[in-house]
Amino acid sequence: MTLSKNLSTASSSPLLKVRSILVACLVMAAACGSTSGPEAAPDASDPETAASSTGTALTLLTHDSFAVSEGTLEAFTEESGIEVEQIAGGDAGELVAKAILTKGQPEGDVLFGIDNTFLQRGLDGDIFAPYESPTLESVPDEFELDAEHRVTPIDVGDVCVNWWTDSLPEEGPPETLADLAKPEYASTFVTQNPETSSPGFAFLLATIDEFGEDGWEQFWTDLRDGGMTVTAGWNDAYYGDFIAGGGDSALVTSYASSPVAEVVFADPPVDAAPTGVLTDSCFRQIEFAGILEGTENVDGAQLLIDFLLSDTFQSDIPLNMFVEPANADVALPEAFTDHGITIDNPRTLTPEEIEANRSDWTDRWVEIVLR
Amino acid sequence: MSTSVGVPAPATPWASSRRLAWLTIRAAVPVAFLGVLFVWPLFEVFRRTLDGSDDSLELLGRPSTLRIFRFTVGQALASTLLTFLIGLPIAHGLARYRFFGRSAVRAMVVVPFVLPTLVVAAAFQSLFGVLGLASGRWDLDQSLLAVLMAHVFFNIAVVVRVVGGFWTGLSRRTVEAARVLGASRSRAFREVTLPQLLPVIAGAALVVFLFSVTSFGLILILGGPTRATVETEIYRQAVNRLDFNAAAVLALVQLGVVLVLSAFAGKLQRRFAGASQRDGANHARPVDTRSRRVHLVGVLGLAAVVVGGPLAALIERSLRVGDGYGLANFTGLTDEIRLLPISPMEALGNSLKFALAAALVASLVGMLASRVIVSGGWLGRLLEAAAFVPLGTSAVTLGLGYLLAFAAFDLRRSVWLVPAAHAVIGLPFVLGAVVPVLRSIDETQRHAAAILGASPWRVWWEVDRPVASRAMVTGAGFAVAVSIGEFGATSFLSRGADSFTAPLAIFRLLSQPGDVLRGQSMALSVVIGLVVAVVALLLEFRRGDGVSVL
Repeated sequence: MTLSKNLSTASSSPLLKVRSILVACLVMAAACGSTSGPEAAPDASDPETAASSTGTALTLLTHDSFAVSEGTLEAFTEESGIEVEQIAGGDAGELVAKAILTKGQPEGDVLFGIDNTFLQRGLDGDIFAPYESPTLESVPDEFELDAEHRVTPIDVGDVCVNWWTDSLPEEGPPETLADLAKPEYASTFVTQNPETSSPGFAFLLATIDEFGEDGWEQFWTDLRDGGMTVTAGWNDAYYGDFIAGGGDSALVTSYASSPVAEVVFADPPVDAAPTGVLTDSCFRQIEFAGILEGTENVDGAQLLIDFLLSDTFQSDIPLNMFVEPANADVALPEAFTDHGITIDNPRTLTPEEIEANRSDWTDRWVEIVLR
Repeated sequence: MSTSVGVPAPATPWASSRRLAWLTIRAAVPVAFLGVLFVWPLFEVFRRTLDGSDDSLELLGRPSTLRIFRFTVGQALASTLLTFLIGLPIAHGLARYRFFGRSAVRAMVVVPFVLPTLVVAAAFQSLFGVLGLASGRWDLDQSLLAVLMAHVFFNIAVVVRVVGGFWTGLSRRTVEAARVLGASRSRAFREVTLPQLLPVIAGAALVVFLFSVTSFGLILILGGPTRATVETEIYRQAVNRLDFNAAAVLALVQLGVVLVLSAFAGKLQRRFAGASQRDGANHARPVDTRSRRVHLVGVLGLAAVVVGGPLAALIERSLRVGDGYGLANFTGLTDEIRLLPISPMEALGNSLKFALAAALVASLVGMLASRVIVSGGWLGRLLEAAAFVPLGTSAVTLGLGYLLAFAAFDLRRSVWLVPAAHAVIGLPFVLGAVVPVLRSIDETQRHAAAILGASPWRVWWEVDRPVASRAMVTGAGFAVAVSIGEFGATSFLSRGADSFTAPLAIFRLLSQPGDVLRGQSMALSVVIGLVVAVVALLLEFRRGDGVSVL
């Protein structure tokens, strides 16, 4: 592209003209090409194109945390002949908000990743078409939160307070949720703003489940007075204030599976996790998949839901997304059985309760903790 | 446009019909670009979400809403002021002196631009820790000062490179004349140099201001949970409350504020446009006296503290392996890693592809748009104000707009949406750099060329391009950097593995516990920083001194 001045002043105007036209075309193509690019929708009036596009391709819409091993979705293609394109777009909250806004013109055929804290929104928004998968037999009834089967439980995880074992106060680890409010724990506890963080919101729900409508505000007042730290998101709590990231808090709101990740992603390798879990603090999150109303390939979408509950997909879940399979017949990988912890009595609230009170609870939380 | 149209039609091969065709393309391309990729998506958002209810007015009248707007504008103004206060002396030093390593310093200041906010926040927090500013009396964690410092770190490149680049080309004669006539150094600056710099300062200040207005992650992380801005509030209303109407009302007001400010900055630029005298030469001087050496060392020290400090903290963290140091975090970047659809290096490859495409489009559109803007007329003024608005629009608004608008052609999942959005955000940087330079060209030069028979394209090539090429390169470089670092809009758009970019990878790596993940996220950040520094250096060397290259 280096053109000296002399060259450019030479009588090369025909060339320049061609170039100017080329440049103009390029820009036009870049600016407007998006309305007529090769990826434009197949012509629906052509029956052959329409049939093949609905029959052999599906779009799986997920949140950003979705991950699978290579070859997993291809296994579905092998058995069904249907290609799956996985599309991610934001966290669970953004995913649901977008699905509601595009109702009737869904971005995909199946949505994965709506959890029990957002479920009611999806149900109220009428975005899902019912389907009862035969594989639901292997899923414990407690995970099936919608009697009409508009959504299917795929995985289960718990949001729990974690501790850094070597830095606990003299008293040892807290034993109950109520213990956290004691000054020795509150002063070294970091949690997330429930308005900007999903684990932060789940932990708020855990406290509401434990202390009830009358007691949770006092608990948070005690935490605040005890010197608790609040961050906007999970990663600035865990990697910023928690000891794991070089901070000085010994307790953090994270997941029941976090100790497993600490071992799997340790460098150099370790035999045991440096962290532990306060089982009394755990709030259960169940993630669901649902067929989006408006899909043209209902049969294929139903096959995909079956596949998401199959052994192939379910056994791939734990080490990719650090949650547990909903299918009770599927075995957990060794890292989970060795370093994970089973939460026997997790806390929970119904999706209806959560949705009805979300704004009120978070408003009151902000009033207590941040003002 | 009025001036160009008013040029007497010369008796040349360039018949008036072709001239008209050229003028039409010149104006139509930028208008179509912004129309399709910005105005239409935004129109769709507002059409679909505003319900015209009384709630909207009630929301705007709420004291908390007013407080949010006040804080947003206040922190952005403070950030802009601080960035210029610190950036101008550095820009001056780099524009004035020729010394070994000058290009490296100019390249270094661009690096912050591409770093994801999560990583920058981590670097600042670890710097505060090292300096003993993370606790006790001088606790900077979760403070407004931390936010301002990070904004300066991010934006100083705009001042150093855009204002500095313009400064280098300013003719020294008027300053020397003033000094000979007895003006003090500061008076010569105030009364001779500053008025000449005002057009470019207005453009650069607008860019910095808009960047700070839409700052999201840094405010949340470094500012702490109590500091809500319009940007965070739009997100909260749309995603947490599912109150799209409220989000749209806030976005509309944000849009209005940004539009008014853009128009004001444009007016300022036009008003002072005639003041600049540029001769295109490089006026950098050798550092040959003691006072110049002292001055330069002071300037470089300032740059080292403001930009070098956090960068050093980031590099330190990327090299941490276990209890010691090593390169393991870097060597692991090419491996497949659970959590990510593709390896971190492949994500970087995507980022680079998108950045090149976005910068190319932004440069071409910017080149055409800048001529329309400089020609004046209502279209020029409108384009000038409108082109900057995307930079001050929230990522949620833009993301939802693309989602709704491009559903029409089932293009929502097109791999082109990401670079298209990046080009829209990159355009203001190209214009911010190029327009002030074109304005400093005496219009009679263009007239003369046209009368002598040059086609409009030829006029541009012979008159505008030689003077503007340096600014074009600066603007294109910024477009590359902005694209590589963009997170908000990218993360909101729906995308498959082929649109997975480096900032998304960094964000994903930091979503689970584990030393490997944290180490690699820091290493990947260092790598994208290095890539941008190298790109900036190459542009610097290719351009050479005084030689116009594009």
